[in-house]
Amino acid sequence: MERDDLIEYSLDAHHSEDKGLEIRKKIYKVTILLTLITVVEVFLGAVIKQDASIWPFVKWSFVALTLLKAGYIVMVFMHLGDERKWLRYVILVPYFIFILYLIFIALWEAVAIKGVLTLFH
Amino acid sequence: MMWFFLVSDALTFGGLLISYGFTRHDCLESWPIGEETFNSLPFLGHGYPLLYVALMTFILIISSVTMVLAVEAGHRMDRKGVTKWMIATIIGGFFFVGSQAWEWYHFIHGSEFGKVELADGSMAIVKGHFGEVQNFTVIEAGSHYKKNQVIKEDLMHTFQHAAAAGHIKNGIITLHDGSKAQVNKAKDHELKLIVKKSGRVHKASKEKRVITGKEAETLYYEALYSGEANRVIYGANLKQNEYGPQQYAQFFFFITGFHGFHVFSGVVINIIICLGVVAGTYHKRGHYEMVEKNWFVLALCRPCLGLCIYILLPHIISAHGTRRFN
Repeated sequence: MERDDLIEYSLDAHHSEDKGLEIRKKIYKVTILLTLITVVEVFLGAVIKQDASIWPFVKWSFVALTLLKAGYIVMVFMHLGDERKWLRYVILVPYFIFILYLIFIALWEAVAIKGVLTLFH
Repeated sequence: MMWFFLVSDALTFGGLLISYGFTRHDCLESWPIGEETFNSLPFLGHGYPLLYVALMTFILIISSVTMVLAVEAGHRMDRKGVTKWMIATIIGGFFFVGSQAWEWYHFIHGSEFGKVELADGSMAIVKGHFGEVQNFTVIEAGSHYKKNQVIKEDLMHTFQHAAAAGHIKNGIITLHDGSKAQVNKAKDHELKLIVKKSGRVHKASKEKRVITGKEAETLYYEALYSGEANRVIYGANLKQNEYGPQQYAQFFFFITGFHGFHVFSGVVINIIICLGVVAGTYHKRGHYEMVEKNWFVLALCRPCLGLCIYILLPHIISAHGTRRFN
């Protein structure tokens, strides 16, 4: 059925069997990668205890690995990587600016409040 | 348009998690550590810190994969493929929601030891193997139980209730009918107290907070058998919890509840669309756009959130906090 009542790019999003094979290959590849990352995370968490001296390193590697995972999910599984460049920026840039700023300011304030509470305790 | 919905949704969750971080940062030492709170696995018991959380997150990632495969099959107009992968996604979703119910049950129910307020006013959580409560031997008759009667039913429940209400004094429990009974309990093993809030003697500082051995046992039972109400707290509700500050349980319930609702509604929509796929509605339309739209709704915060609340955020925050305080 021909649709002319709305403009929606995804209506044209059909692809051939060959292209499908290629896409599925990519999906499986990313799945294996995400599994590996998860295994590494669980392994690190199980082997290294929180009192260990290299714990801060482990902690930040958790942060980095999680961001890597999130990046793959958003870019490949959620197809943000296939969008046009500027749409990509419109989605990502405000999010990063606001969230990073919010994390920074909320934690900074929390530390200040804790300081005041400790002072008067 | 879907992307703008996603961004707003991500910001909602971002706001929730950051407010969690703010509160956690406010009371750094007393905040529970994920490894101390979530350490059980179904059928295997305790001693597996955060493993189940990792598993749950992984289930979500896998159900993202099955959903993206359903979308791909839709682009090839492969109805059978779409159905297959959507059913897999629905199963994954139910698995996650079920796991969450299990986790909530454990969180609300709490541990066998609970959290105790020690004699000096400090608060400590307790780890170790709880010695079973074997029976109560009545030593003073009440309106229901007779002297020398041995009670063997509902022991743990009665024991915890009485301990929290301050009805156990020096190993003698006062039952609800007014009778008094001797508590016969097996010995605990590897009892360990972790001080979470400093008192006059015991401090929550990193070096000194763990108390073990005979001292731990004495302190614990001194509090448990003090005969005072509220010296021990079991499990969690919106008023108090055994894990840490009151806000901890409130954040846990709200954020994971909100996320669970998100996943559950996603699964319901998934089922409806799956029925449409089976009935051939989308095939007749000539495109599987609905599947794709729904995928977007589902995909977003699913895999990321579990990680955030249990691991990522606590880690970022404690990294930040440690730097500034020690």
